[in-house]
Amino acid sequence: MSTIVTRGTVVIGVERCKGCELCIPACRPGVLEMSSEVNRSGYRYPLLRPGCTACRACHAVCPDYVFEVYKFDEPVATEIRDSPGSEQ
Amino acid sequence: MTHIPTDSAPDIPAAKVASSSAPLQLSEEHHLCPGCGHPVAWRLLLEVISELELERRAIGVVGHGCYTNIVRLADVDFLQCLHGRAPAVATGVKRVQPQAAVFTLQGDGDMASEGLQEVLHAAGRGERITCIMLNNGVFGDTGGQMTAATVVGQRTKTSLDGRDPASHGHPIPVADLVARLPGSVYVARGAVNNAGSIARTKRYLRRAFELQMEGAGFGLVEVLTMCPTGWFVATPEGPDYLEDRFEPTFPVGELKTA
Amino acid sequence: MATALMQGSDAVAEACVAAGCRFFAGYPMLPFTDLLESMSRRLPEVGGTCINVESEIEGVNMVLGAAAAGARAATGSCGQGIALMQEAIAEAALNEVPFVVFNMARGQQDYFQCTRGGGWGDYRTITLAPKDVGEAVEHTQLLFHLADQYRAPVILYGDYLVAHTYMSVDVSPRQYGPLPPKDWALDGSRGGTGKSRQIWTWAMGKANDPGPGPDAHWRRLAEKFDSIAGQEMRHESYLADDAEYLVVSFGTAGPFVDYVVDELRAEGMRIGSFRPISLWPFPERALAAAASAARKVLVYEVNAGQMIDDVRLSIAGRCPVQFIGGVSIDGSGMRQGDLLEVGSIRQRVLAAVRQEDER
Repeated sequence: MSTIVTRGTVVIGVERCKGCELCIPACRPGVLEMSSEVNRSGYRYPLLRPGCTACRACHAVCPDYVFEVYKFDEPVATEIRDSPGSEQ
Repeated sequence: MTHIPTDSAPDIPAAKVASSSAPLQLSEEHHLCPGCGHPVAWRLLLEVISELELERRAIGVVGHGCYTNIVRLADVDFLQCLHGRAPAVATGVKRVQPQAAVFTLQGDGDMASEGLQEVLHAAGRGERITCIMLNNGVFGDTGGQMTAATVVGQRTKTSLDGRDPASHGHPIPVADLVARLPGSVYVARGAVNNAGSIARTKRYLRRAFELQMEGAGFGLVEVLTMCPTGWFVATPEGPDYLEDRFEPTFPVGELKTA
Repeated sequence: MATALMQGSDAVAEACVAAGCRFFAGYPMLPFTDLLESMSRRLPEVGGTCINVESEIEGVNMVLGAAAAGARAATGSCGQGIALMQEAIAEAALNEVPFVVFNMARGQQDYFQCTRGGGWGDYRTITLAPKDVGEAVEHTQLLFHLADQYRAPVILYGDYLVAHTYMSVDVSPRQYGPLPPKDWALDGSRGGTGKSRQIWTWAMGKANDPGPGPDAHWRRLAEKFDSIAGQEMRHESYLADDAEYLVVSFGTAGPFVDYVVDELRAEGMRIGSFRPISLWPFPERALAAAASAARKVLVYEVNAGQMIDDVRLSIAGRCPVQFIGGVSIDGSGMRQGDLLEVGSIRQRVLAAVRQEDER
């Protein structure tokens, strides 16, 4: 088991996303990954894992105004069960 | 690993630190390509206008390109003008409305190709306007032809084997030319390919507008933007292409400041 | 201001000031240069701005910007420089920005340029051609009014003679009636209100308030120009009622023609003259009426034949239309040459009349 601290979160406007994937490397804690599903326009979109730091890098780089970013008043600690091959 | 729901605001106490809508933005829906850098630059411009409280004084003069869509999308007084002529039109606007925050928004095709003399003369005269060039080295709106800012080796519809100096000459670094002129007081070149460059570019835009409102003189901010469609690269490769292929020809930073 | 003896360029500049023009941008090009110099001296005295620009294209675009921001603004040049301004003149016609263009032409060879336009799209430019400095002063003020009334660029067809002749003129301000407020002019004040302003030939509007788009917008503009055509025709006719021969001329050629008409009338010929004051809209109905008694219409213009097309359209085959003008430019290249001379005009009129008599 390991603990991930999450300091914030995002609201993702899935239908606005055009699947450019610029947010993925921009995310400093690396908690965004592209979906396998597609939105109504046929684009894959970002999904969020625990560990967001509310750094707003995703918001900064996104050309389609997809992200709203929230910073928690109090960080949240989450216990994560390690699985084989887990990167945590 | 399970994903965090991202369809609504958090239900624990939190502060919203970034909005999905830029200030003064009437609609977030635009038809620019996936991975285009222009909408990021639009957002920075609108944030700066809002943060400097210039909404009731801003007048934008917009050239011809994909970025022209801002005229529909932003709640700012706009004049959409002839290709290349924005610095001249903006000069007329500013001379008559000196209290206004007058800016141009142009592409490299608009400013470096068609309108090179307009921007040089406006800078020469020290017109108190802020010119902004979104530079992706290509005429995106017309399908991807070469401009005066296309870099050596860059493939475009009119340089299919890559820009070759022997046939096509060399790109023109507009910001560097303008910085040589005494009439320009602020010249910077930014980029929107990563969060760090985006933050710096926003500071450059802010400084340029501040100096305009102080009556200091002519300001130019060149912003390197990604155009994966025009560059024939996949969208995730845009930022690296910008850094590896554009920045050597167009170095970023403040070239001149007051 | 009382009547004063003034050189044409200075008188036109004074008329601009009287009309409230406070922004002028131009590039030196004779015979327009004197007007630029005059405005350069005069506008700062009344709190205005005159810019000696680095190119005609920048000059007209600066004027477009100033006018879009609500000022009365003007530019000018002569034919070759006006040629460079065509795209912007069309643009202003199509995005409804008003300003005055002074074509201080090098002769009469820019008739097509003013009336057919060299820009793009479906547009027209009201063009007034004064016969002398007195009319130029009047037309200048009228043109600023018409530009604002119709939200369109308009042209004064002057020339070397208008620019350089001295004449006693009265340049006090003239009133032409009320105009709507320029609430469309850009000043930034509606930013962030949901009702920000837009000047765009494509009239796309805003995301929250879509505009008509180019199709409906350009159709409305075409209708606007049709409507202007019906209302802004101006002409002067002289001794036309019983004229067997009617000589049509424009601009500074008019007084030369009238001199010959007086001479020939005294010798018993039933001859008259007609002068369109508005080159566009061309006063076709008035010309048709003036020519109703004519056996032949003679067209005298110092060019290869440009206004004659409009004369032919007006006469519509009712009687022969004969060209008695010609290309003529003097040694400096700045003004009409030897052909603009009463003896020469008289000869050509008589030759045309003799031809008709010999039928």
